[in-house]
Amino acid sequence: MTPFIRIRNVTRRFGDVLAVDDLSLDIDRGELFCLLGASGCGKTTLLRMLAGFERVDSGSIEIDGIDMAAVPPAARPVNIMFQNYALFPHMSVADNIAYGLRRAGLPKPEIVARLEELLRLVRLDGMGGRKPHQLSGGQRQRVALARALARRPKLLLLDEPLAALDKKLREDTQFELVDIQERLETTFIVVTHDQEEAMTLASRIGVMDAGRLVQVDTPRTLYDRPCNSFIADFLGTVSFLEGVVASVNDGSIMVDGPVPVTAANPGGFAVGDVVRMAVRPEKIALGPEARGAINEIPVTVEDLAFTGVATNYRVIGPEGVRLKLTQPNRRGEAASLEWEQQGFVSFDPADVVLLRD
Amino acid sequence: MAASMMAGRRWISRHGRRLVVALPLLWLLIFFLMPLVEVAQTSFTTARRGIPPFAPLWGFDKDGFFTNFNLKNYGLLLDYWQDYIGPAGNSLRLAFFSTLICLLFAYPMAWWIARSNPRQRAILLVLVMLPFWTSSLLRIYALIGLLNPNGFINSMLIFLGVIDTPLRMMQTDFSIYMGMLLTYLPLMILPLYAVMIRLEDDLLDAAADLGASRAGVFMTVVLPLTLPGIVAGSLLVFIPAVGEFVIPALLGGPEQIMVGKVLWTEFFRNRDWPVASAIAMLLLALLALPIIYARYQDGREAAIDRVGGQGGAP
Repeated sequence: MTPFIRIRNVTRRFGDVLAVDDLSLDIDRGELFCLLGASGCGKTTLLRMLAGFERVDSGSIEIDGIDMAAVPPAARPVNIMFQNYALFPHMSVADNIAYGLRRAGLPKPEIVARLEELLRLVRLDGMGGRKPHQLSGGQRQRVALARALARRPKLLLLDEPLAALDKKLREDTQFELVDIQERLETTFIVVTHDQEEAMTLASRIGVMDAGRLVQVDTPRTLYDRPCNSFIADFLGTVSFLEGVVASVNDGSIMVDGPVPVTAANPGGFAVGDVVRMAVRPEKIALGPEARGAINEIPVTVEDLAFTGVATNYRVIGPEGVRLKLTQPNRRGEAASLEWEQQGFVSFDPADVVLLRD
Repeated sequence: MAASMMAGRRWISRHGRRLVVALPLLWLLIFFLMPLVEVAQTSFTTARRGIPPFAPLWGFDKDGFFTNFNLKNYGLLLDYWQDYIGPAGNSLRLAFFSTLICLLFAYPMAWWIARSNPRQRAILLVLVMLPFWTSSLLRIYALIGLLNPNGFINSMLIFLGVIDTPLRMMQTDFSIYMGMLLTYLPLMILPLYAVMIRLEDDLLDAAADLGASRAGVFMTVVLPLTLPGIVAGSLLVFIPAVGEFVIPALLGGPEQIMVGKVLWTEFFRNRDWPVASAIAMLLLALLALPIIYARYQDGREAAIDRVGGQGGAP
C-alpha cells in the first residue's frame, strides 16, 4: 500500500539558502504528524509546498497517489490554517467559514447545513453573525479551523496553530484539536517550534534542522531514544556526559570519563570509542546519603528552582561535571537539599542514552 | 519660585495634550474657517464699486446695527441657471473622468509599489511624490511642450515617418485628461498604497487555498479591503478637480467652460464678488453634503458593527 502522502527528495532553494534539502517523508492517512524545528529550519516552506504556494525545485510530492506538481492550490485536496489565522476582516464568521463552500458552488441549502455543522464542531453556535474583530483569540482560532475544514480536505495543514494563544488556552485547545482530528479522521500536518506542543499533539514527529529531517519517530521514542545530541537537546532538558568506552559486556557498557558511568544497550559501541551520554533530569535521583547504587556521583547543589510540581536542581560533581535534574514534590518525601549542600545523585543504566556525536 | 515652577509643570503635564491639539486647531480656525465664513458672508451681500467691491453684510453705523443680507445672488443663479448648468456639468464630467482615469492608472501602480521589496518601495514612493516638488504650472508647460503640433511627440513621429502632418493633441479632451492625470495621480496612489501595504499576503493565499480564482480573490478580498483607499483617493482627486481652473485653461480648448472659469470671470472680469461667492458656496454644498452624508452612514455602520451583530444566525 502506498502511503497517503509521499514526499520524495524535495529540495527548495532561496538564493544561496537551501530551505528544504533533499527531504523524503511518508505520512499515513489519518495521522496527526508534527513538523518540529526552530524558525528558519524549512518547516514552513515544506508546508507551503504541500499547500501549493511554493514551487518545488526538485523532487516530488504525491498526495493520495496523485503527483501534485501541476496542481494549483485551489485544486488540491488540501487546506491550510494560517499562523495568524488570515481571517477575512470584512466578512462575518459565517461568511468566512462558508467562503470555500461558495467558491465550490455548492447549493445554498447544503452550505447552510454544513455551516451549522461546522459552527457546532468548533463550538461557535450562534456566533455566525460576528465579525472577526469582535472575537477573542481562541474564538478566532476556531473560526480559522472551521474555515479550513469546510471543504472537507483530505489533508489539513496547520501552521503554528496555537502560537497566538496564551498558555492556559493553549493547553485546552491542544486537546480539542486532537479530539476534532480523531473525530474527522482527516490527516493533519502541524508545523510548530514548540516541542511541548508537538509532543502532546502528534502521533509522530519529524524534527527538522537546516532543511533536513533529523529524526522521525513517536514522541516517546524521540524523547527516550534521541538519535543524536541535537534531538536530545532540542526535545526537553538533558545533561550530557562524555567519556571513552572502557569495557563492553553483553547488555551493558562501562564508560570512563570525569565520572565512570555504566550504561545499558551498548548499541554497536566498541572499547576505545568516544561517546556522549544523555540523561534526562527526571531520571536522576538525588539524596543526602550514598546508597551504594550504580552510577552514584557525589555532588554539590549549585542552584535550585521551585516550580510547583517539582524542584529543578543544577548540581556540580567531580571535575566540574554539571547535571540538571528534577525532583517531584511528593508528600512525605525526605527534605530536599538546599543551596551549597552536598549529596549524591544516581541514575539507572537503562536511562543513559549513548550518542556518537 | 520653585512652587510656581512645579505648578507650571503640573499644568503643562495636565493640559499639554490639549495644547498640542489646540494650536493646529487654532491655525485651521484662523486660516481655513475664517476665509470660508468670509466667502459665505460675501455671498449674501450686494456688489458695489469700491474696495472691497461689495457692501459689508452687517455692521454698526450712527443708526445702530444694519445688515445688507439678501438672497439676490442665489436668486440670480437660479434665474440664469442655464448659463451655469453647462459649466457645472462640464466640471463634474471632467472631475468624474479624471478620477476614473487616475484610479485606473493608480490602482496597479500602488499594488506594484506595495508588493515590491522594502528598498525598492522607498524609491518608488519618492518617485511618485517627486513631481509634487516642482511647480505644477511648470509641469503643465512641459506637457504643452510635449503635445504641441511642433512639440516633441509630433516632431519625433514625423521624423520617424509614422505621420506626415502633426497630430492635434493640444486643446483636446486628451490634453486636458493628460494634464489632470499628471497633476492628480499621486493623490490617488498614496491612499491606495496605504491600504494595500496593510493587506496581508496570507489573506490572498487563504482565498486561493479555499478555491478562489485570481479574479475571485480580487473581487472578494482585494477589492473590498482596498475600498477605503479607493474612496479616499477618489475624493482627494474629485474635489479639487471640480474646481480645477488652470489645467482646462492652459490645455483645453475655448469651447468647454468649466466652473473654475466662470468663477474667475465673475471675480476678475465682472468684479461681482457676491455672485462669485454664491457660486463657490453652491459648489461647496454640492460636493460636501454627499460626503458628509456618506461619512455619517459609515459611522452608523461601524456603530452597528460594534453594538449589534453579537449573535444571531447568518
